[in-house]
Amino acid sequence: MTLQVQDPPISARIRENLGNLAEALRRNPTMLFGLVVLSAMAIAAFGAPYLGLDDPMRQVPRERLHGPSADSLFGTDMFGRDLFSRVLHGGQISLIVGLSVAFLATTIGMVIGLIAGFNRHVDAVVMRFMDALMSIPAILLAIALVALWGSSVPNVILALTIPEVPRVVRLVRSVVLTLRDQLYVQAAIASGTSTPRILLRHIMPNTIPPIIVQATYICAQAVIFEAYLSFVGAGTPPEIPSWGNIMAEGRMYFYQNLGIILFPGIFLAITVFAINTFGDGLRDSLDPRMQRRV
Amino acid sequence: MYAYVIRRSLATIPIMGLVAVFVFLLLHLSPGDPAVIIAGDFATAAQIEDIRRQLGLDDPLYVQFGTWLYNLLFQGDMGRSIYSGLPVTRLIGQRIEPTLMLTLVTMLIAVVFAIPLGVIAAWKVGTWIDRFVMTFAVLGFSVPVFVLGYVLIYGGSMTLGWFPVQGYRSILVDPHGFLLHITLPAITLGVVYMALIARMTRATMLEVLNEDYIRTAYAKGVATRKVLLKHALKNAMVPIVTTIGLGVALLIGGVVVTESVFAIPGLGRLTVDAVLRTDYPVIQGVILVFSLAYVLLNLLVDLSYVLFDPRIRY
Repeated sequence: MTLQVQDPPISARIRENLGNLAEALRRNPTMLFGLVVLSAMAIAAFGAPYLGLDDPMRQVPRERLHGPSADSLFGTDMFGRDLFSRVLHGGQISLIVGLSVAFLATTIGMVIGLIAGFNRHVDAVVMRFMDALMSIPAILLAIALVALWGSSVPNVILALTIPEVPRVVRLVRSVVLTLRDQLYVQAAIASGTSTPRILLRHIMPNTIPPIIVQATYICAQAVIFEAYLSFVGAGTPPEIPSWGNIMAEGRMYFYQNLGIILFPGIFLAITVFAINTFGDGLRDSLDPRMQRRV
Repeated sequence: MYAYVIRRSLATIPIMGLVAVFVFLLLHLSPGDPAVIIAGDFATAAQIEDIRRQLGLDDPLYVQFGTWLYNLLFQGDMGRSIYSGLPVTRLIGQRIEPTLMLTLVTMLIAVVFAIPLGVIAAWKVGTWIDRFVMTFAVLGFSVPVFVLGYVLIYGGSMTLGWFPVQGYRSILVDPHGFLLHITLPAITLGVVYMALIARMTRATMLEVLNEDYIRTAYAKGVATRKVLLKHALKNAMVPIVTTIGLGVALLIGGVVVTESVFAIPGLGRLTVDAVLRTDYPVIQGVILVFSLAYVLLNLLVDLSYVLFDPRIRY
């Protein structure tokens, strides 16, 4: 006798999940706030080229280090470039880096964690490796990697991803370890389900909620770390404005126009704040007992 | 107990060994010729050859690693800086005091403020005090260290004139100058760390305050302060201390940036200078020292659990 359980169609499941999200947003106004601010930031950053602003790279030497005025809302930097335009454009890189790092780190970590959690031999080797990787402070590792690989956006993304992977692996692995002994998984094993299928169909879906929450924190962290990397001279190359390198290049002039540091800093802080609030809201609605990771 | 201490301490050795392998391999796993990476884009063929010879890059990888590890462990030698030619150990030795003091002062300030904040927030959960502490905590996570640093310099040093703008004084030579110079950097560096500890304190305290024995303590008339500190906080200490240990990774990242902002001649500054010049032996040395400090500190944290929870006997 075979027992067939029909899954609901994908479209229905997506609709249900979106419904859950809408419900969570309605119940949790701070999460809604985070999402709204974040969307506004993304629209401003990616819409900046169409707003008819000054070219973020155009230098007007006569108008160096002006304070905010009606003409240029945030003033100008040491090359007379319009800060408002630069800050809006700069959001693109910061958001791309944050989202890419969050996506890559969780995906890679998920794969490694699933395998490690299900195979004792792999687990022993992989976890020692991860412990060692976690013993190197994230920023230092990222700085060293960019210094060796050279400054470019993909290198920055990769260098920030690598130190985040071990934490995701640990999280996924811990979920797998607790699920492995659950009755329904044992039943699946007993009825001859293949290991990849057990991992993908029965275990992976349960790792998704904590991973999504983790992804928001990784994203927030990556936005800040991108700025740190630029600040120590191992970040995004100067041809592309990013919040990090606007501040890094302008730091010698902050006493003439504090805005060079303050405005990109405020934008960055608001973005990270929004991502964190959104993440906290997600966590509360997915699992009130889950603690913020360190 | 002693057996546990020894076993736990020995367990750090393979970890540090793997860290050493990582740090050694970083250069070799990078795309391109290691000598060219270090020499930079404008080096002449002779300069590249020089670096190749100096670092023994023509030897097989295992010979390089063996030599490097042997020198590190038995000679205490981390090689020489490509830029200045000075031994890396000496460079690190010269720079270690400011970094150590900055980190210690920051940890002290953070712990002294963050734990009470977390306790009060948990005690008054749901009130405006709680919301204030939590908002501060999330904000602390959101503001980049250097933005805070420059704002503090702008306000505290340039506008009010209370603090020197930048620099460092040794505590042994000039204790008063030391305090003046360390205050702003320590606050700058401490905010994220404080946010982290305050959050964790609040979360753990909330859990502990729900326990039955807390209700019992209140019922039998124990003073609130005593319930909070002796019954609750002591039992909440294990996760808090863990966070204090793990959070040091954040501090180390912050140190690199903070020292640049405040022109403090410490290890962080050394790292940044080495990165700008791809001075690989120095980068290697600094990463090793920071990682070792981090691993040892977390070893101490693990061993300290016994102080807070007598049930842990190992």
